[in-house]
Amino acid sequence: MRGVPIIGGAAKKCFLKKDTKLSQASETILEMRGIVKKFPGVIANDGVDFELRKGEIHALLGENGAGKTTLMNVLYGLYEPDEGQILLNGKPIHLKTARDAIALGLGMVHQHFMLVQRFTVAENIILGQHSPREPHIEDQKAVYARLKKLSDRYCLSIHPEAEVWTLSVGEQQRVEILKALYRGAEILILDEPTAVLTPQEAEQLLEIIRVLAKEGKSVVFISHKLNEVLSVSDRITVLRDGKVIDTVQASQTGQEDLARKMVGREVLLQVSKNPAQPKEAVLVVEGLCANDARELQTLYDVGFEVKAGEILGIAGVAGNGQTELEQVIAGLRKANAGRVAICGEDVTNASPKEVGNCGLAHIPSDRYRMGVLSDFTIAENLVLQRIGQKPFTRRGWLNWKAIRQQAEELVKSFDVRTPSIEMAAGKLSGGNAQKMILARELARQPRILIAAQPTRGLDVSAIEYVHRQLIAQRDAGEAILLFSTELQEILTLSDRIAVMYEGRIVGVMDIDQADINELGLMMAGGKGLPSCEILETGGAA
Amino acid sequence: MSKSTTTNQERHLPQALVSIGAPVLGCLIGLIIGAFLILLAKADPIGAYQTMLKGAFGGERQITETLLKAGPLLLIALGLTTAFRAKIWNIGAEGQYYMGALFGGLVALYLTDLPRPLLLTLMLLAAIVGGMVWAYVAAFLKVRMGMNEIISTLMLNYIAILLMEYLARGPLQEPGGYLPVSAQFDKVTKLPLLFGTRVHLGVLIAVLLVPVIYTLLWSTPLGFRVRAVGSRASVARYAGVNVEKIIVFVLVLSGGFAGLAGIIEVATLHTRLKGGISQGYGFSAILVALLGRMNPIGVTVAALFFAALIIGAESMHVVYGLPVSLADAIQAVIVLSVLAVDATARRRMDS
Repeated sequence: MRGVPIIGGAAKKCFLKKDTKLSQASETILEMRGIVKKFPGVIANDGVDFELRKGEIHALLGENGAGKTTLMNVLYGLYEPDEGQILLNGKPIHLKTARDAIALGLGMVHQHFMLVQRFTVAENIILGQHSPREPHIEDQKAVYARLKKLSDRYCLSIHPEAEVWTLSVGEQQRVEILKALYRGAEILILDEPTAVLTPQEAEQLLEIIRVLAKEGKSVVFISHKLNEVLSVSDRITVLRDGKVIDTVQASQTGQEDLARKMVGREVLLQVSKNPAQPKEAVLVVEGLCANDARELQTLYDVGFEVKAGEILGIAGVAGNGQTELEQVIAGLRKANAGRVAICGEDVTNASPKEVGNCGLAHIPSDRYRMGVLSDFTIAENLVLQRIGQKPFTRRGWLNWKAIRQQAEELVKSFDVRTPSIEMAAGKLSGGNAQKMILARELARQPRILIAAQPTRGLDVSAIEYVHRQLIAQRDAGEAILLFSTELQEILTLSDRIAVMYEGRIVGVMDIDQADINELGLMMAGGKGLPSCEILETGGAA
Repeated sequence: MSKSTTTNQERHLPQALVSIGAPVLGCLIGLIIGAFLILLAKADPIGAYQTMLKGAFGGERQITETLLKAGPLLLIALGLTTAFRAKIWNIGAEGQYYMGALFGGLVALYLTDLPRPLLLTLMLLAAIVGGMVWAYVAAFLKVRMGMNEIISTLMLNYIAILLMEYLARGPLQEPGGYLPVSAQFDKVTKLPLLFGTRVHLGVLIAVLLVPVIYTLLWSTPLGFRVRAVGSRASVARYAGVNVEKIIVFVLVLSGGFAGLAGIIEVATLHTRLKGGISQGYGFSAILVALLGRMNPIGVTVAALFFAALIIGAESMHVVYGLPVSLADAIQAVIVLSVLAVDATARRRMDS
């Protein structure tokens, strides 16, 4: 099992060593008893018990739709539970709004940050807060000082006077944490916090979480990534179908055990594969330059080739030109310079239809903006590109029988869970929608498949399925270009890896020479992230 | 996700029941509100409504009138249905109607020497071309220059209407006449009547186009692509659909339908080119298309409903003696109520 190792970097003075993690914390600060939350047709939480101790990091683990977020929304006052009670320090509380929750010392960091880009960190944090000198806003200098103190104490490395748009994603997330702390949070809820981070940033965040716990804060860590959960938490509560399956000590469990509890069956975390048998080059990209949606140059001289029977993985932090590269190859964005060829045929700036006719299929990164017509039926979605071809159109008329027949077959063989092929595709869960797209694209029998973020937002069992399918296609001699911001996924699937940074390919390596540290550094532009210590030198000296 | 659980019942109502029940309920609410308006005018609501119903459906003559009104509404709304299915909001049917009347009218005025079948065919075709040309202007502006079609089609309405008024006052004015109207069309340009009634070929054309549009949308790859563009243009583009081509197609098609409606109305009713030949058909048809849920069969029902309302309101005024403005207001109240209840029902169903 290749796990993301702990990237310690240089000695970080104010970070804890792993073995000093506090586990003697015992005093219960929060208790949720028998929480039931029903939505029409679904029981999102079915008698959930959850307990949080002071200074504890308690992970909430579960697949999508297991009820993690619902439970935390109940805790944060966003939903009222149908049954059950919440005890804070032993006293029952009734939350009507998030404001009540904040007043009681709860803080939530959402997946999507709630920050005004053009405001400074300090302005964002006092936004919506009462100022002691109404109608004037609070004294900025005093706020800066308070924030600086908090930031130092919890190793957040945030400058209160910086404008938010200048900050990296990881820093913006730390601003959210700082905001919660500033508002007096004793309990922090982090909803899938590492989903948007590079491996280094993620590791840095885990360190911060440890510091928070050491300083006496209690942390609820929502995730479906097993390695993170194991490395950071004290206890882990596994949810499945709205019920608590188990609450375990992190030290007394392992990935396989957790995965089984989460999914309810044995799961292969690492899909095994044989060495690639690469043949002729199918997709050749040379000197590609292109602009992004704002007409700013985003791709610089990008070149690579993908051979039949191999998977080339494009690694990189989101927003480094992967989307634009994906679109240019698929015919959805114009290239300013360079060349794209499929099977020897020049398809530079060809239409999506022409590119498709040359044998390209495409699992788009933006599933709903690109891949699925939400109000079309599943059967219709499965013939999107081939609607005008035989047998789906005969003598100019749609052949619904053939369309339905293919849909029945594909839904069955790709295990798309749906009551009917006539159901609107928008009603499918993320995993099933992705299986539907996969089925559609593979049914086109492509020579080259672009798989962009193929498992984004999917849970372990769906990921396993998609990975198996991709490897099977590779073994059948298809060329696959994989885009993923999940380094683990790149390492699992790729035969060769190319790293993208700021619109350039900064390195290509074979899988057996890949080193996760080196990859991480390349993804971050060759420079390590500023460690806490570097930014702290003033205060620490 | 909604927090409320009280909407459970509505959510599970069968869709068919809602789509029929909602307009009926809306109609009732509209009638009740309208009754208060009538009471304010110190008249008897029940008598007024009886007159309204009789006016629209009370006899062969009334039914004929309603059908004649429904014809152009249906024809235009069928074209708009196609455009709206692609989420192309053609608000310019009124202008396209005028341009159709103009192109067809020129044939009717100047080519009367042709044999009648040829003349009629040419007249109708010219009208279709006229509407298409006018819609193509908006399509060109949208596809080439990215101009919003709502704005361009709306503006083109005024140009077309004013152009017609100018021509009727100037170059096309009846020789020796004083009124701003063209010469009267020759009798041969009248469309054939059906079954000895006043119902003419134009109504039949509209009815025949109902299954045509239905088939186009749900039985051809072209219709599939039109719907795909409307569902989400970015996905359609990804799937290889030439989105620009579809935009041009639906705009030009809806323009052609509106143009055809224009010449049919002028040739059968006004028999001259002049201003004021539409009575807002191009705008009412937008409501007809939306109320009919962009489904050709629903649109047929909606067109009949609208026509009945117009004719009924007229007879409330003429026969029962309510002021015109009150009759119009009641008509508007009913339409608004139907739309409001319909929208509410749909939102409940979708959520």
